[in-house]
Amino acid sequence: MAGKFAYFPHTEEDIRTMLQRIGVSSLDELYSDVPSDFIFKGEYDLPDAMSEQEVRAFFEGLAAKTPRKTVFVGAGAYDHYTPAVIPQITSRSEFLTAYTPYQCEISQGTLRYIFEYQSMICKLTGMDVSNASMYDGPSAAAEAVRFCLASTRKKSKVLLSSTLLPNVIRTVQCYAKWAGTVIELIPSKDGQTSLEALQAALADASVGGVIVPGVNRYGIVEDHEGFAEAAHKAGALLVEYCDPSTLAVVKSPAEWGADLAVGDGQPLGIPLCYGGPYVGFMACKSEYMRKLPGRIVGQTTDAQGRRCFVLTLQAREQHIRREKATSNICSNQSLMALWVTVYLSLMGPQGLRQVNDLCYEGSHRLREGLLATGKFEPLFEGKPFIKEFVLKPLCDVKALQQALSDAGFFAALETEEGYVSFCVTEKRTRGEIDALIEVVKGL
Amino acid sequence: MSKIIEGLLYSESHEWVKIDGNVAIIGVSDFAQSELGDITYVDMPSDGDEIEKGSEFGALESVKTAADLYSPVSGTVVATNRAVEDDPSLINADPYTNWIIKIEMSDKGECNSLLDAAAYAKIAE
Amino acid sequence: MKYYDKLIFELSKEGRTGYSLREPQARVCLPEKLARKEAPELPQVSEVDVVRHYTNLSQMNFGVDTGFYPLGSCTMKYNPKINEEIAAMPAFAGVHPLQEDVQGVKEVYEGLDKALAAITGMAHFTFLPCAGAHGELTGLMLMRAYHESRGDHARKKVIVPDSAHGTNPASAAVCGLEVVVVKSKADGLVDVEDLKPLLGDDIAGIMMTNPNTLGLFERDIKEIAKLVHGCGGLLYYDGANMNPLLGVVRPGDMGFDIMHLNLHKTFSTPHGGGGPGSGPVGVCNKLVSLLDSVHTSGFHGNFGVMLRAYTYILMLGKQNLRLAGKLATLNANYIKESLKDAYKLPIASVCKHEFVFDGLIDDGAKEGVQGATTLDVAKRLLDYGFHAPTIYFPMLFHQSLMIEPTETESKETLDGFIEVMHKIAAEAAQDPDILHQAPHNTPIGRPDETLAARQPVLKWEA
Repeated sequence: MAGKFAYFPHTEEDIRTMLQRIGVSSLDELYSDVPSDFIFKGEYDLPDAMSEQEVRAFFEGLAAKTPRKTVFVGAGAYDHYTPAVIPQITSRSEFLTAYTPYQCEISQGTLRYIFEYQSMICKLTGMDVSNASMYDGPSAAAEAVRFCLASTRKKSKVLLSSTLLPNVIRTVQCYAKWAGTVIELIPSKDGQTSLEALQAALADASVGGVIVPGVNRYGIVEDHEGFAEAAHKAGALLVEYCDPSTLAVVKSPAEWGADLAVGDGQPLGIPLCYGGPYVGFMACKSEYMRKLPGRIVGQTTDAQGRRCFVLTLQAREQHIRREKATSNICSNQSLMALWVTVYLSLMGPQGLRQVNDLCYEGSHRLREGLLATGKFEPLFEGKPFIKEFVLKPLCDVKALQQALSDAGFFAALETEEGYVSFCVTEKRTRGEIDALIEVVKGL
Repeated sequence: MSKIIEGLLYSESHEWVKIDGNVAIIGVSDFAQSELGDITYVDMPSDGDEIEKGSEFGALESVKTAADLYSPVSGTVVATNRAVEDDPSLINADPYTNWIIKIEMSDKGECNSLLDAAAYAKIAE
Repeated sequence: MKYYDKLIFELSKEGRTGYSLREPQARVCLPEKLARKEAPELPQVSEVDVVRHYTNLSQMNFGVDTGFYPLGSCTMKYNPKINEEIAAMPAFAGVHPLQEDVQGVKEVYEGLDKALAAITGMAHFTFLPCAGAHGELTGLMLMRAYHESRGDHARKKVIVPDSAHGTNPASAAVCGLEVVVVKSKADGLVDVEDLKPLLGDDIAGIMMTNPNTLGLFERDIKEIAKLVHGCGGLLYYDGANMNPLLGVVRPGDMGFDIMHLNLHKTFSTPHGGGGPGSGPVGVCNKLVSLLDSVHTSGFHGNFGVMLRAYTYILMLGKQNLRLAGKLATLNANYIKESLKDAYKLPIASVCKHEFVFDGLIDDGAKEGVQGATTLDVAKRLLDYGFHAPTIYFPMLFHQSLMIEPTETESKETLDGFIEVMHKIAAEAAQDPDILHQAPHNTPIGRPDETLAARQPVLKWEA
């Protein structure tokens, strides 16, 4: 049986010699400490072992049942272009197969790119300190709630804008429910978080934080003038949930006066991959540095005075503080942080700007084209958007979606409000946009 | 063998207290600082905070560990030591000069339950 | 490995570009008050700069493909290459998470759910958690949801052994549970007598790692399960140490109600320098209806990681699965028996996938000469081309050195490691200074961690 599987190097002879050294007569005897009724004696309900070729064929079969669509939907996952360099770098096995960089002497590669990642997140958001990344945007927002309450005193409630993405609200509510934190939704007005409603909600002295989206669920770039002042006056922190790709052109969280910025790094070149792996980011003002959850990489010197990097400020973390830690998080999405770091290195400020220009051009072309079909009514006229927008359908949404799907498009996502949502990234060509409009015209 | 100063009072959680009228000056013992190693950060309460005896008022962090600070007395924080906040290594250098906070005591009688140097020496080994 | 000292920002030159995009016909036009004032200060570098820089960085890194990781509690097994090809298939990588007509994707979820259920004896899994600790949190939410669903609102305490991973109490705290610690006995196993008085109608459940963090099978688990269930609590299985049980023992059969698996440990997906992982949570029948009530991540979990794990399971099949855990256990016991003459073995009984030494037998300490510590041994190992074991955990011993080989390491690799560990022990006995100053052959020497924490420099500044 042994020696017949590519990942098990043991020969029968190896096993015999090793058992001898241990002083037992069989592999089973190594489990003599396990009560015998717990040893599984049945047959595992699993397929027979496959060869690599058979495995490949199996997944090709599944791929054939997953028709590829031209994606015109966002809602938290954006189909941006991934430069060829990125998968080449991230699949280097020194990065891919490395462990968490606890042994810094042989992990300077990982530690350096995380330091670069933290720097880039700070540059984009305008914040002072970034952690080494988290699971995804929604869970980072949930951690932001905990951060707000840890950074303020005697508070138990956090306000969420109702214009945040639905999956962000859902995740935050799930975490908060069990932590005993009260979450209140702030209503919107004309497609954006209402300042008046926020001010009214802040009258409650138990509010420790406010989370609002930079670009919201309707694709609208929100105006947060007065938000930070209102929050701070009430003793609460302001958290901006942002799409980092848009931060090349839209006002940064720091410019709005936010204390914390969170979001998902997926739009920075990470493939859609049915929702993961992505990467959450979290960056704050320096005064809250010690309340940040997750790993942080810092610069120092080695015994010979050379610049090097280590995991630092670890006294915040679970392996030291156990139940008193700032979070239970014990990892980061390191490889996805590398993905983002390489992306931002390639793009630079001009490239990222150009991505937004192309999105803007395409989304406005699509919106005008769709309105011209007479099948939709405009919503939130005059509100600025970059790549995503919503329309009010005047036609049957299911039929619309089906026709688009038949033509090879994934588009016209129906929202909770009964709107349909579209998203255009720089990957979408004029030809694709015009073809989509033609399908709608033909309905 | 860690240094213990006569005339101070001690808690079992390794804080020392110097009584100055109604004010308790609080720091950590030499034993505590040597167990922690290089202290990298002192988490301080704010002036005016009300603190109960036995409750946490802050924490000391070193590279690989952290220790909560427990108040030996109840009262109101009237001062925090900015010098150790800026340079936590002062606590390593001289834990008895470099106090952490001062508390205006609400019940001076609580001091009776604290340890004297001889009693503390038995637990700080 | 060689030292390379650049940061990507330091290669930047105004006007240089590393992207290739078509020319836009329009520019973003936002009202001034919504527009960013200055462009973000990102590096301006060419594609060649980027490729060389990150290739150079990679050469300062150690990975499973470089060499052996004897890393306790972290199961660093070989990451098969076919996994990567499958995960990168455009049909999967290009699917939007809200797309519904994706039969192939759904079959991956169903197939992996069924396979994990078969392997663990649980009924069904949720794949939302992105890591082990995330799984713990999700599992504890399900534990609380179960009690709440029965109108039992008083269960707000969870029992955690003193030997548990630090994430257990941290996850409990994030989930709004109070942690109650149960002690271990001198033989490293949970003390059932210490557990009994803790039980009552305020207990939501217990979190157990079995085998525990000492690599020992908690042989009283049957009684523990009976006691905890008897008081109305549930049993949570921390799957960090599932590897030795792979193909041998199923947590569901031991009485566990909820568990997580670390696909990046037990199911061969790469650690990626700290993530992404995947921490699916399985539950027994009576909790299945609650699985959809927890939303701990944005979409459907780390699908890309699931694809890799599913690939691995299909390669293993029911035949090879039977050997995986046993060979891991064989490797651990082989190292333990081969090194106990040079390293203190506080608990001598048969171990599972890992075991713990408590430092060197002869650490070279003499009058005026400090002996070599576990940290020193760990750092010296780096000089010899091995990753260090997990050190100073579990905290039950002062000089913990926790070793876990996996089933993918050959006898020759283990013999090489054993030889080096003996060599280091001999060095320590003769001249512990060589160890104090280790590592000597790595790109950098020991860093000043105190400086890093006292004067944090956490980002690059021009």
